[in-house]
Amino acid sequence: MGIEKSTVEIAPGIRHIPGTPVVISPIDKIINWARTGSLWPLTFGLACCAIEMMATGASHYDLDRYGIIFRATPRQADVLIVAGTVTKKMAPMVRRVYDQMPEPKYVIAMGSCACSGGVFKTYSVAQGADQFLPVDVYVPGCPPRPEALLYGLLQLQEKIRRESKKWGCWR
Amino acid sequence: MSMYQGFFIFAFILLALGVILVVVNNLLALRRPYKEKLIAYECGLDPSGDTRIPFRIRFYLIGLLFLVFDVEIVFLYPWAIVFDHLGLFGFIEIFVFMIMLLVAYIYAWSEGALTWE
Amino acid sequence: MSGWINKLKDQFSSVVLEVQLDKDYPTVICNREGFLDLIKHLKEEKGFTYLIDLCGVDYLNYKHKKFEERFEVVYHLYNLDTKELIRLKVRIKEDDCWHYSVTPLWKTANWFEREVYDMFGIKFEGHPDLRRVLMPEDWEGYPLRKDYPLYLDEEHEWSVYKKLIEKTKMERGK
Repeated sequence: MGIEKSTVEIAPGIRHIPGTPVVISPIDKIINWARTGSLWPLTFGLACCAIEMMATGASHYDLDRYGIIFRATPRQADVLIVAGTVTKKMAPMVRRVYDQMPEPKYVIAMGSCACSGGVFKTYSVAQGADQFLPVDVYVPGCPPRPEALLYGLLQLQEKIRRESKKWGCWR
Repeated sequence: MSMYQGFFIFAFILLALGVILVVVNNLLALRRPYKEKLIAYECGLDPSGDTRIPFRIRFYLIGLLFLVFDVEIVFLYPWAIVFDHLGLFGFIEIFVFMIMLLVAYIYAWSEGALTWE
Repeated sequence: MSGWINKLKDQFSSVVLEVQLDKDYPTVICNREGFLDLIKHLKEEKGFTYLIDLCGVDYLNYKHKKFEERFEVVYHLYNLDTKELIRLKVRIKEDDCWHYSVTPLWKTANWFEREVYDMFGIKFEGHPDLRRVLMPEDWEGYPLRKDYPLYLDEEHEWSVYKKLIEKTKMERGK
């Protein structure tokens, strides 16, 4: 096809027509680029990991430079960072807040308690957020350092980049 | 036509942009509604209480007053462009217009329509 | 300091069982009957206006126990003027599991007593709104009792949470 001869590949899968400001790329790549560049988390700090999440969002380990803006309502959020111990009393509410997020939505389980219940194998603590939520990235630690949470968010971005065909009102 | 070509291009781009954004979103966005997603948001709890609060008539009143005086300003703009062609007659006429609206303004002010509470 | 506590013992002889002055703070072990008069006297006349804490204790299987009642409710009262702390303990039997509420005297006792009820099952008479405060309202059992299991197995699970997990499993299985 003439397309390989007259265009230049500037990134895997993305072609540029030289001399013009025109770039040809699959829709998947554009959509995934847009989604990774503006992951908006829901503020869902339940316990001590919330402090580390706040520290990551503060000026030293700034999250705003990744396009990550914390939103207070699930209706405008992309990713739910479950930060802290999930008790059985709170579990239905976490599930409901997750349900109220629009597609596409992702979940990061931050901290040992959200990953697996942590040190609390008791009558009142849910043994991990994955008992009732589909978790995409686990960030262990008690609490995880801001760099660890940042790494988890970047891994989530990698996971989103590998997605395909997650768009379209007919799907 | 040549005077307005910039305006028409601008209007066309605006219209096209608005249509493209809405159409592309409706085509490309994932649409998977289910029952739990559609209930009202109340921080995870069951929604309780009434969603309707009594409407404050003040908002409507302020909007109405704004509309009237905004229309007055809209009438003033073309007059301001051509007023040197209209001479003394135009000058006095616009002042009569403004005095009528000034009377209305003083009436609204004295009736307390401009205070919030 | 010890003088006035011993005078207290004489004054409320039917209420006060024992006075222990060898602990870190003077401890007064009381009966349930007449307890409200004693604590009101301490609050109003002796100036112990600050209720620091109200908690419950379960002495099941405690080796060094020298009494037969199972539960105990402990009050810590503080005098802000003379900076003295006094501890009051009331012993509660297991089959007669109730006590008088001090909520009319201290509003803060409201949630303390709700916590003791929630965790030990000790009912408080005269409490305006006795219901569970930490566990969900329809929870069965009193968690901080010594015979309550640390970890609930599947069949004893709380019904709402159980339904949630099962629903999730079903959705995953699809």
